[in-house]
Amino acid sequence: MRALCWTSGGDLAVRQVPDPELRNDHDVIVRVRRSAACGADLSLLAGQAPGPAPDDVLGHEFLGDVVETGTAVRRHRVGDRVVVCASVACGACWYCRRGLPACCDNGSTEPDAGEAEWGHPVAGCFGQPRAAGGFAGSHAEYVRVPYADVGAFTVPDSVGDDRALFASDAAPAGWMAADLGAVRPGDVVAVWGAGAVGQLTARAAGLLGAGRVVVVDRHPGRLLMARRHTGAEAIDLRHTDVLAELRELSGGRGPDVCVEAVGGAAEEPRSLADRFTGRRRAPEALREAVHACRKGGTVFVLNGGARLVDAFPIGAVVHKGLTVRGARQHGQRYIPMLLDRMARDELRTEHLATHHFPLERAAQGYALFRDRPDDCLRAVFTPHDQIDGRVGR
Amino acid sequence: MGRVRTVVAVAGVLGGAAARTARAVVARRWAARGRGRDGDRAGHWQVVTVDRPPEQVLPVRGWPEPLRRLDGSVDVALRAAPGGRGVELAARPRPDATPSGFAAHLVGDDPKLLVRRTLWQVKQLVEAGEVLRADRLPTDRPARPPG
Ligand SMILES: [Zn+2]
Ligand SMILES: [Zn+2]
Repeated sequence: MRALCWTSGGDLAVRQVPDPELRNDHDVIVRVRRSAACGADLSLLAGQAPGPAPDDVLGHEFLGDVVETGTAVRRHRVGDRVVVCASVACGACWYCRRGLPACCDNGSTEPDAGEAEWGHPVAGCFGQPRAAGGFAGSHAEYVRVPYADVGAFTVPDSVGDDRALFASDAAPAGWMAADLGAVRPGDVVAVWGAGAVGQLTARAAGLLGAGRVVVVDRHPGRLLMARRHTGAEAIDLRHTDVLAELRELSGGRGPDVCVEAVGGAAEEPRSLADRFTGRRRAPEALREAVHACRKGGTVFVLNGGARLVDAFPIGAVVHKGLTVRGARQHGQRYIPMLLDRMARDELRTEHLATHHFPLERAAQGYALFRDRPDDCLRAVFTPHDQIDGRVGR
Repeated sequence: MGRVRTVVAVAGVLGGAAARTARAVVARRWAARGRGRDGDRAGHWQVVTVDRPPEQVLPVRGWPEPLRRLDGSVDVALRAAPGGRGVELAARPRPDATPSGFAAHLVGDDPKLLVRRTLWQVKQLVEAGEVLRADRLPTDRPARPPG
């Protein structure tokens, strides 16, 4: 089959790779209908170690049709249209049984690689380096889905592909930030980043009863979109004193919940001096969030691509009594509810799919997604038909 | 019992007072040996917590296949995990044993890593019902440009 691979030169190319096959009894094989580029992939493309290996297939946000099922699969049949959670969790370990599937103990084929990277193995993820599980990605004609009864969800007929697609990754990430950030009715919520995840965080905060939601970004097109589709207020950080504005919007208190959803934009190359002293990039949005947040509030970090950062304002965390949390999306816990809301038209996400490409042009799609001309929010790949370019629907 | 040499097995395998005594003894030796002077030679205990009762983790009749593979080359111990988290399953390479075969070759003849991976596999098998296999193996065909 054809798939978008990381090449030995660090570039992307569509190549011919072996078809996936059932490897475990709980697997299904999915024929991909849609697969989206995600900000988390950009840190891979920026060449941050540990990166992918040559010929690894990229991509983790996808939906498709079940074409083959393992002998132990109970909830799916050939022909089901399913959205697949971007992360791979067993549904049966201590963490999964407590609603923390992204912390799954059994979601990786190489748990010891996760131990080396983070101290413990965590849930797997499609299209990521070995420490994240050892599973091929979704920018391909077909994908093998392990633990399919746990991670694949049948999409209601009334929910279209471009909407359901984002239930795979962006929507659960945004919902989780609002949920675990403990948004309460009447709260002021600030979100850094107006990409897909930032917009869905804003929408989730609104649905959970936030009194005021503010999105901070530097791209006017995205801010406009956030305002139109999530009902949030927008702050363009290029022309505004963000801290002063947030203080004013929250009666001088500061937002109750601050979410860093800036995503895995490429890390700037470090200066020689930084390399010499071991100093890392300063987490600008995160620092601003800590500074802005009201006393006793919560700062939630979604950026899994940020590996090490320096100059973190730990003093403000202590003196203001903040809660700082982070997580990769616990999709298995939220996706059924998100699909319900999508079916009820409460949660609309198709506007995020700004650009469609056939799989052959996926490398171009990534370039567009990375450099963001033309207000590209998410590049969506269609391996089996010929939608191309900007979609006016 | 299986052919793997067992230091001791507790709750669910031994009963009552014997189990309590054994648990205390193992806890002491387990902690002491890991850091003892012979620690480096024998290697630390590798431990995973398995969220299931002991009889499912190490059934009296026939031990799980991943563990049986290490036949005779490890010490194995089991104890209850605190707070209802199931059991702590520990194994340690025996100082006099060298692992052999393809499995050892795959982990570069590092017995500690082999033991660690094996424990994770036991855990996956018991909790999730299968040992996850990777999509692609090093022996698979490489990708090639389309056409
Ligand atoms: Zn993602
Ligand atoms: Zn799990």
